[in-house]
Amino acid sequence: MAYSDKVLDHYNAPRNVGALPKDDPNVGTGVVGAPECGDVMKLQIRVGADGVIEEARFKTFGCGSAIASSSLATEWVKGKTLEQAATIRNTDIVQELNLPPIKIHCSVLAEDAIRAALADYKAKQAATAG
Amino acid sequence: MAVQTPIYLDNHATTRCDPRVVEAMLPYFTTHFGNAASRTHVFGRIAEEAVDKARAQLARAIGATTDKEIVLTSGATESDNLAIKGAAHMYRERGDHLITVCTEHKAVLDAHHALEREGFRVTFLPVGADGLVDLALLAAAMTDQTILVSVMAVNNEIGVVQPLQQIGKLCKDRGVLFFCDAAQAIGKVPIDVEAMHIDLLAFTAHKMYGPKGVGALWVRRKSPRVRLEPLFHGGGHERGLRSGTLAVALIVAFGAAAELAARELPEESSRVLALRQRLWDGLRNNLTHVHLNGDWSARAPGNLNVSFAYVEGESLLMGINDIAVSSGSACTSASLEPSYVLKALGVDDELAHTSIRFGIGRFNTEQEIDYTIARVTEVVTRLRDMSPLWEMVQEGVDLKTVNWVGH
Repeated sequence: MAYSDKVLDHYNAPRNVGALPKDDPNVGTGVVGAPECGDVMKLQIRVGADGVIEEARFKTFGCGSAIASSSLATEWVKGKTLEQAATIRNTDIVQELNLPPIKIHCSVLAEDAIRAALADYKAKQAATAG
Repeated sequence: MAVQTPIYLDNHATTRCDPRVVEAMLPYFTTHFGNAASRTHVFGRIAEEAVDKARAQLARAIGATTDKEIVLTSGATESDNLAIKGAAHMYRERGDHLITVCTEHKAVLDAHHALEREGFRVTFLPVGADGLVDLALLAAAMTDQTILVSVMAVNNEIGVVQPLQQIGKLCKDRGVLFFCDAAQAIGKVPIDVEAMHIDLLAFTAHKMYGPKGVGALWVRRKSPRVRLEPLFHGGGHERGLRSGTLAVALIVAFGAAAELAARELPEESSRVLALRQRLWDGLRNNLTHVHLNGDWSARAPGNLNVSFAYVEGESLLMGINDIAVSSGSACTSASLEPSYVLKALGVDDELAHTSIRFGIGRFNTEQEIDYTIARVTEVVTRLRDMSPLWEMVQEGVDLKTVNWVGH
């Protein structure tokens, strides 16, 4: 399979690989996918007092396109408010990375990971507020 | 000296033509271009003699007593189809039941599926975790309606060598024909159609350092005399079993490749085995959580199929892009399903996604193996550092207990 230059770039120099402390109330963690399906993504966000995502990290078990999709997702959510981050669509990722049809599920997983991280953060905030 | 890249370690897919094979073949494109069926003139006779010599070389490589039993084809896929469909159609009055194994090559499996659609009944035997056929299960599957048993010699993914002699004996005792797809075996492990009681044997040039586009089906002529219904009809070439003008140059190359394969097997297999041991030792010294797929001892020398847990196969291939290997990962197949062979062994889908097949061959060197060990170590380590599964395992999480949000 021929990979696009952007996929290769993210694969060779992934952005924001790593982990944030998942017990931190300002950190939201999303883990999506399953090992038996061949891809698992973990995406984390740290949200500032102003409601803006200050930091994002990922770790991905999956093909090059899955790694690139999650790497791109961390770049895109940084600097966005929660509402803005929630508007990122998998189709945007497909377009940016020039993913072939067989790799669209990688972008879907990345969108799911963003949503899962946002949901986790909101649940934690609600728990602390309550 | 720096090792030359890219490195070819995918010798199950195909092999590089041996220069000696190419040299033998070339005159038959230009100087000796005759049609082997044109016996009335010297051009044809030279071609026919060359084909006869190749037949003898092919027969000797598989322990056949006469070169009259070699049917030349376009490759192993055609030979598989001719053997299975040809025997089924010829012997359908005798019975309607066929037996094969679920880890066979697609050409064998799909030929059986086609026969099922015609009304034949097929038993697809399972294999053990070692990838081997259970002889008791095979014996139990045979009925008085069974006409053909098809079991490959060497598996194309995991390299395991089936117990051919015992299978052949069982078939002979029960009066059932035994077909063996030996595409991955010739020149790698000893094959002897007489000692192994094989009735039909398929093989191909491009897996044994010959060109693509030519193969053979060996068809036993006595005790028993095996008859087949042809797939192609036409000029009656190959005793009516395979009409079509013979590809003389390719056949000459096939014969030369077979002679080299048979002659160099003892030396080559021990050399290749040493390279595989070096690769396996190197990988296991450098990395943990490396799993072997398939039996270790009953395995063709050049095959190493391993799973690097927590690193998806396609991403690993992408990282070692100067080394040609293949993966059982779903992402490398059009179907998005992981390898059916690994599945049949009971390998978890999760590990199947992380499998890599190394195929070591005649032209590989120690330097290439050392380079491969270093590159795989580097890339697996890098990818594990960014694998959430690896992180969880380091934290002591049992991945089996995690409630995954699958797709």
